[in-house]
Amino acid sequence: MSILKNAIISALGVEAVFDGNNYPASMDFCVVPRGKFVDAAKAMKKVHALLAAEWASDESQLGRGFGVFACYRWGAEYLIVKIELPYDDPIFASITNKFMPAYRFERQMKSLMGVVPVGHPDLRPWIKFEDWPEDAWPLRKSFDALKPMPRVAGEYKFVRAEGEGVYEIPVGPVHAGIIEPGHFRFQAVGEDILNLEERLGYVHKGIEKRFEALSWQEGSRLAGRVSGDTTVAHSLAYCMALETMTGCRVPERAQWLRALFLERERIANHLGDLGAICNDAAFAFMLYQMSRLKEIMLRTNHKLFGHRFMMDRIIPGGVSVDIGPDGRELILSELKKLLKEFNRLVIIYDENSSLEDRVRETGILIPEKARELCAVGIVARASGLNLDCRTQNPFPPYDRIGVNVPVLISGDVHARAWVRVEEVRESIRIIREIINALPSGAISAEAGIPAPDTSGFSAVEGWRGEIVYWLQAGPNSEVNRCMVRDPSSVNWLGLEQAVLGNIVPDFPLCNKSFNQSYSGHDL
Amino acid sequence: MKILNQILRTGIVTEALPPEVEEEIKAVGTKLEEAIRRRFSRSLTIRQVDAGSCNGCELEIHAINNPIYNCERFGMHFTASPRFADMLLVTGPVTRNMEIALRRTYDSTPTPKLVVAAGDCGCNGGIFGETYASLGGIDKVIPVDVYIPGCPPTPIALLHGILKAVEVK
Repeated sequence: MSILKNAIISALGVEAVFDGNNYPASMDFCVVPRGKFVDAAKAMKKVHALLAAEWASDESQLGRGFGVFACYRWGAEYLIVKIELPYDDPIFASITNKFMPAYRFERQMKSLMGVVPVGHPDLRPWIKFEDWPEDAWPLRKSFDALKPMPRVAGEYKFVRAEGEGVYEIPVGPVHAGIIEPGHFRFQAVGEDILNLEERLGYVHKGIEKRFEALSWQEGSRLAGRVSGDTTVAHSLAYCMALETMTGCRVPERAQWLRALFLERERIANHLGDLGAICNDAAFAFMLYQMSRLKEIMLRTNHKLFGHRFMMDRIIPGGVSVDIGPDGRELILSELKKLLKEFNRLVIIYDENSSLEDRVRETGILIPEKARELCAVGIVARASGLNLDCRTQNPFPPYDRIGVNVPVLISGDVHARAWVRVEEVRESIRIIREIINALPSGAISAEAGIPAPDTSGFSAVEGWRGEIVYWLQAGPNSEVNRCMVRDPSSVNWLGLEQAVLGNIVPDFPLCNKSFNQSYSGHDL
Repeated sequence: MKILNQILRTGIVTEALPPEVEEEIKAVGTKLEEAIRRRFSRSLTIRQVDAGSCNGCELEIHAINNPIYNCERFGMHFTASPRFADMLLVTGPVTRNMEIALRRTYDSTPTPKLVVAAGDCGCNGGIFGETYASLGGIDKVIPVDVYIPGCPPTPIALLHGILKAVEVK
């Protein structure tokens, strides 16, 4: 049945110990000897698994050293492989050669936790800036999170391209538009991009460390602010991971309402993105049309749920707002109007040849590359990967209603825009079904507190893609570790690949079609 | 030609505003317009700086540019360069990694300049607090004239806050 588990067993035999303190119980979790981490990765590669996340946890308060975790995914299955490192010898073998996204995960683990991936090709710090003290490892228990860090001298070495006519364009961190800060370094010849290097970490707010200072309840508010545009999906992923640990049974009505919020968030963001993509192709008309439709949705959210983005509406154990008959009527009539106008605008997008000229065959992420990078969400679906947690790991009502997942293979700006178009239509259908079949009953249950030394996992499909949370309870049932993996953590790598060979003026267009979160990545 | 016709037809639909909203926006807008006319010769130029926000505030700042609020009609607009700006609209708890960039942006803005801190995080650090990575509110790094609380502040709250800043100095 379980392909990943079988692959690990046949590769490692009794050396892989399957553990029961980890939730949900439907998921496999195994501890392997430190020297077998790469062997496990090889076995996973062989069965075509994707790497969903890799992270470390300081388990000194649980009487152990460091835990290093790799989470693999194949279709609906997830499997976590863990190795344990002694506190005074925190080294392990890198799996970057096997799985590309480990490149960033491992740099980040080394920077923030101080565990060293031996054999990693690039050990420059990530998130950690050159002016941090070298021994500042915020995720270690010994680190005092409340103390301001001094600044030290240091230099970050960007990758250099040399040759006749090669020049460099530095951009950011403060960008021209109203967007988040980050730094991009282009090497170009004429107008063609030879190389793009991202340097992120400007909005590192110490979120993962912050979780450890908060209660389990407060954690859901913080999760809702990891990335402001994905507040529903992030707080939902956090709550679901917590609920698996405490055995909390969320009432059915609450689950349906959660799906309703999730789909409304998806539509609103896709509308905003479609407008923004067209705007960067000098078609401002669409920006104003789409932002008008988005605004109408946000107003309805405010009217019905008390918040335009529905922040803090998902709480551990359920949801904090209900919907009455009037609200249901309002949503249905709004959707009818929305769909009509949206379809009319899509025709204009589709028939505009100058727009087509810009968005087609621009910023291509080929399917092979997307798979190699373990891309997720809209980016993956525009590059031929059929990945969607709503169909592969559904919670009610998705197991009843089902989701038609659009998959395109051209991997260009147009494909990423078109996946959004199809998803808006599909989300409208889903919301209609939810409204018509919403079960009655309570909207929340007691969430409870997890037992010491247990861990919980969840994967939720946000509008950008799969969001992964891993929670670990310490010896006194407090938050020992909260690992957050926003889709941006992997998809930012895709942008670097997609722009190669494109012209510099097309970069904003490519970037907008990816629209990755800085805050969700920098954490 | 067919496309142009469609654009024109749909374009007119854009102007329709819900009456109750129209009133609220007009009330603050008229005052804004008057203040901007008096103090900034009809043109208030704003540079927005994200000093570490979760992007929630940015979404609402985008919203005041949408056709419903259409803030440009009151004489305000956003600029790419701090050198042209009359006002810095700053969001987020200031992260340690953004502190230098924020100071430089502030220094690049010609005096007299207005600084508006938008959102709970910009006011006092919000849920992120003051830690090794987050320095807290904007006024920990640069002087602030007006604070706009909210998580995130609604577009109307943002317009009110900007109005307050224009009237203050």
